[in-house]
Amino acid sequence: MLKSSLEAQNLIINIIKCEYAVRGEIVILAQRLQQELQSNPGSRPFDEILYCNIGNPQSLGQLPITFFREVLALCDHPALLDKDQTHGLFSSDAIDRAWKILDVMPGRATGAYSHSQGIKGLRDLIAAGIAARDGFPANADDIFLTDGASPAVHMMMQLLLRSEKDGILCPIPQYPLYSASIALHGGTLKQLEDARSKGVTVRALVVINPGNPTGQVLAEDNQREIVDFCKKEGLVILADEVYQENIYVDNKKFHSFKKIARSMGYGEEDIALVSFQSVSKADWFTAEVREQIYKIASVNLCSNISGQILASLVMNPPQEGDESFESYVDEKDGILLSLARRAKTLEEAFNSLEGVTCNRAEGAMYLFPRLHLPHKAIEAAKAAKTAPDALYARRLLDATGIVVVPGSGFGQVPGTWHIRCTILPQEDKIPAIVSRLKEFHEAFMAEFRD
Amino acid sequence: MSRGLDYEVINENVKRVAYAVRGELYLRASELQKEGKKIIFTNVGNPHALGQKPLTFPRQVVALCQAPFLLDDPHVGMMFPSDAIERARHYLSLTSGGLGAYSDSRGLPGIRKEVAEFIERRDGYPSDPELIYLTDGASKGVMQMLNTIIRNDKDGILVPVPQYPLYSAAISLFGGSLVPYHLEETANWGLDINNLRQSLNEARMNGITVRAMVIINPGNPTGQCLSEANIREILKFCYQQKLVLLADEVYQQNIYQDERPFISSRKILLGMGPPFSKEVQLVSFHTVSKGYWGECGQRGGYFEMTNIPLKTVDEIYKVASISLSPNVPGQIFLGLMVNPPKPGDISYSKFVTESKAILDSLRKRAHIMTNGFNSCRNVVCNFTEGAMYSFPQIKLPPKAIEAAKKAGKVPDVFYCLKLLEATGISTVPGSGFGQKEGVFHLRTTILPAEEDMPAIMDSFKKFNDEFMEQYDDKKGYSRM
Repeated sequence: MLKSSLEAQNLIINIIKCEYAVRGEIVILAQRLQQELQSNPGSRPFDEILYCNIGNPQSLGQLPITFFREVLALCDHPALLDKDQTHGLFSSDAIDRAWKILDVMPGRATGAYSHSQGIKGLRDLIAAGIAARDGFPANADDIFLTDGASPAVHMMMQLLLRSEKDGILCPIPQYPLYSASIALHGGTLKQLEDARSKGVTVRALVVINPGNPTGQVLAEDNQREIVDFCKKEGLVILADEVYQENIYVDNKKFHSFKKIARSMGYGEEDIALVSFQSVSKADWFTAEVREQIYKIASVNLCSNISGQILASLVMNPPQEGDESFESYVDEKDGILLSLARRAKTLEEAFNSLEGVTCNRAEGAMYLFPRLHLPHKAIEAAKAAKTAPDALYARRLLDATGIVVVPGSGFGQVPGTWHIRCTILPQEDKIPAIVSRLKEFHEAFMAEFRD
Repeated sequence: MSRGLDYEVINENVKRVAYAVRGELYLRASELQKEGKKIIFTNVGNPHALGQKPLTFPRQVVALCQAPFLLDDPHVGMMFPSDAIERARHYLSLTSGGLGAYSDSRGLPGIRKEVAEFIERRDGYPSDPELIYLTDGASKGVMQMLNTIIRNDKDGILVPVPQYPLYSAAISLFGGSLVPYHLEETANWGLDINNLRQSLNEARMNGITVRAMVIINPGNPTGQCLSEANIREILKFCYQQKLVLLADEVYQQNIYQDERPFISSRKILLGMGPPFSKEVQLVSFHTVSKGYWGECGQRGGYFEMTNIPLKTVDEIYKVASISLSPNVPGQIFLGLMVNPPKPGDISYSKFVTESKAILDSLRKRAHIMTNGFNSCRNVVCNFTEGAMYSFPQIKLPPKAIEAAKKAGKVPDVFYCLKLLEATGISTVPGSGFGQKEGVFHLRTTILPAEEDMPAIMDSFKKFNDEFMEQYDDKKGYSRM
C-alpha cells in the first residue's frame, strides 16, 4: 500500500534535522499568548508581549531612515517625479537620487526582473561604497544582491556541501541560520580536529563579526589569525558582517575581512572569501565557480528590486552638503547612541541578577547572559523534558510577556545555559522590562534555590 | 589540497543544474547589447522590461506604505486618490512596524486572509489562511516544495515536456529524478493520460519512487489551457498513484480564448467530493509577476496547501522561518492583486481601463505572433491559448542540423544564435524546455509592444525564410 507522498516520515531527513530556534517553540507559544491577550485582556500579569527574540528593530518602534524611504517611494511610483507638488513633499536630494537610480534601470522599469546578480548600476554604487569603506577596490561582478542574507547563505551551503562528509566550522554559540542551512543541505557542523578525525572534509569557516548572539567585535589580530588559518587549511571564509554598523564601544572598530585579507597582501589566488551584508558579496572566485553561483541565482531570476535599491542607498548614504545629510546623521546617530545606551542598561540589569553573568555587547543587537541555574531548576527541567534555559525562558514569558531565545538554540559549552535577548525594545520601555525581569528572577530563584 | 570553493570540489548537483532562460542565448544577447547592437529580449516573461506600464493604483499604495510620513502631510490628498491613501493605511495596519519589519514567516496574516478570500470568491469553496504561505516569488515556493519532497535520486517528479526549466533545475539541485511526460503537440499540446501512465510505469520499472506530479496551467512554454475533464483525470490519477499534485497556476489571468477558461485545480478537486477531495494532496502556486500585473521585480507569490498533513506543514513552516520572512512590499502587491479596486472605488475605472487594455493587447499579440510564425517556411505554431509565450516548431532541414553539429551546438541553439545575430531577437531554444527527439522549437514571449510586433515578425520571417533557403534540401516540407 503506497504511503501518501507528503507524510512526515517521507520527508527529507535533512528537513527534520534542521532547527531554527529564533522562531521556534517559545515564539509560537508567545504568539498564542498574544492572541489570548487580545481576546481576553487582563488574563495575564502583563498587557503586552515584548518580542526580544529577534533582531527586528522596526517591529519594536524604531523608525526607518527618512531619506531611504523617500527614495524608495519615488522609485515605486515614478509618476510622482513628474508632479509639481513632489518638491514640497520630498527632499531635493531624494528626488535626485531617485532619478539617478531610475536611470540605471533599463527602461526605468522598477517592476521588471533585473540581471540575476542585481541591477548593474546599483552594484557599481555598492562596489564604490565598499571600496570607500575598505580602502581597496571592489568589483560589481563580484557582488550578488539577494532577498536578504539567508538565500546567499543557502546558496553557499548548496555549493559547498556534497554530502554529510563535508563540514563547516561554525562558532559556538552561532546564529542558527548556519546550523539550520548546514543541516538542510546535508552537511555537518564541526570543530576542526574532531571533524578530520571522523573523516569529515572541512570546507569553510563561518565567522560572525560583530557576533550574534555574543556581540563581540573581533580584534584585528584575531582577524589576521583567522585569515592565515583559513589560507593554510584551504577553507573558504564565510564572513557574516551584517552588524557592521552596530558598534557600541570606542575601543573597537569594524574591519571587513576583505580589508584585512587585502592588507595582508592576499588576493584571489590566496583565499576565497564570501562576505554577507544585507547585500551579499562573493569575492575572489574563479570564473568557473562564479558561473555556477550565477547559474543558481538565475533560477530564481532576481532578488526584489526595492531591496536592491535599498542596499545601494545603505552603501551610499547622503554626504556632507546634501540636503538630507544632517537629518540622516541625526537619525542614524540617534538610533546608534540609543542602542548603545540600551545595551549598557540591559547588560547591567542582567549582571545585577543572582547567578547571572553577562558579557558586554560590543556590537550587534543582542545580549547573551549566562544563567548559573540552581540544581533544583535543572532537575525540574529534566522532569519536564526540556532544556534548563528553555524552562527559564518559558517561565519568563509566562510571568512577564518577555520573549527571549534559549541559549540551546545557538549552541553553548555543554552544561552551561544562556538566553539571547535583543536590546531593541524602545528606550522608554526598558525600565519596565528591567523591573519585571528582576521581579521574575527573584521569584524564580526563590522557588529553585538550593 | 583543494581549496574550499575550487571548481572540482563543489557540489555536483549544482553543476548539473541548467536554466536556459538565462543561459547561453541570453548571455550572448547581453554581450551583443554591450557592443551596441539593439536586442529585443523575448527570453523571459518580463512585461515591464518591454514597455508594459505598471498599474497605477498598486504603485500609489506601495509608495505611500514605503514613506508613511506622506500620510501625515496635509497635501497628500492632492497627490494620491483617497482610496489609495485608505488602502495604504489598511496595509500598514496589518504590519507590525511597517515595511521594514520582518513579518510572520508565512507572510502577514492579514494579507493571507485576503488571499484566502480571493480564492473563495474565485472557486466557491472556503480557503484557510493558515495553509497559505507567501513567498519571494512563486519560484521560491516551488523550490521549497521540491526540497521537501525529494529525499534522494530515487525520488521522481513527473514533469511535463516541454516544461518551464525551474522544475528541471530544482530537481537537479535537490538531487532527485525528473520523470518526463510528453504533451501532444499535434493535439494543441494536450495532455494524454496514457502518456502519463506510461511515464510513471517506466519510472517505477527503473526503481524510481514517483512522488509528485507537476502541471503548469496555463502552460509554459506551450500556453495550452487544460480542460476541466483533463484536470479531473489528472486528479484521479494522483489519487490512485498517491502523488502530490503541484499546480503551477501563475498564468491564470492570461487566457486568450473562450473555450477553456481557467478553472483552478483546487476547485475541481473539491467539486469531485470524497474520497478525492479529502485525500489528494495539492499545492497551488500563484504570483504577482504574470497576469496583467507583470510585477516581476517585486518578488511576490504564494502557495496554498490542500490535504497536506499538519506535521508536514509544520516542517514547511520551520524551513520558511529560517529565512525569517518574505519581502513585505511584495506581500502588499499580492494583497492588492487579490483584492483590487471594486466598483464604486475612485480608482476603479482607471484600474479596469488599464487592466483591460493590457489583456486585450496580449490576446491580440497572441494571434499576431501565432499567425506570423505560421506564415514562415518550415515553421508550425500552435495558438497561444494562455500564458505569455509562443513556442513555434522549427522544422530544421538535415543540412542545418549538420551545420549545427559542426559548430558544436545543439540544432535549436544554432538556429536561435543565428536569429539573434541577424535580427537582435533573443529567444530561448526549445532544448531548454524539453522536446521530442529530433523536433526543435524556440520560445519567445508575446510581450513586445503591439506596435513593434509587425516589424519583429517581418524581421523573423526574413531571417527564417533565408535560413531555410540556405539549408533546405529543396525537397520541400509538408506543414504537418
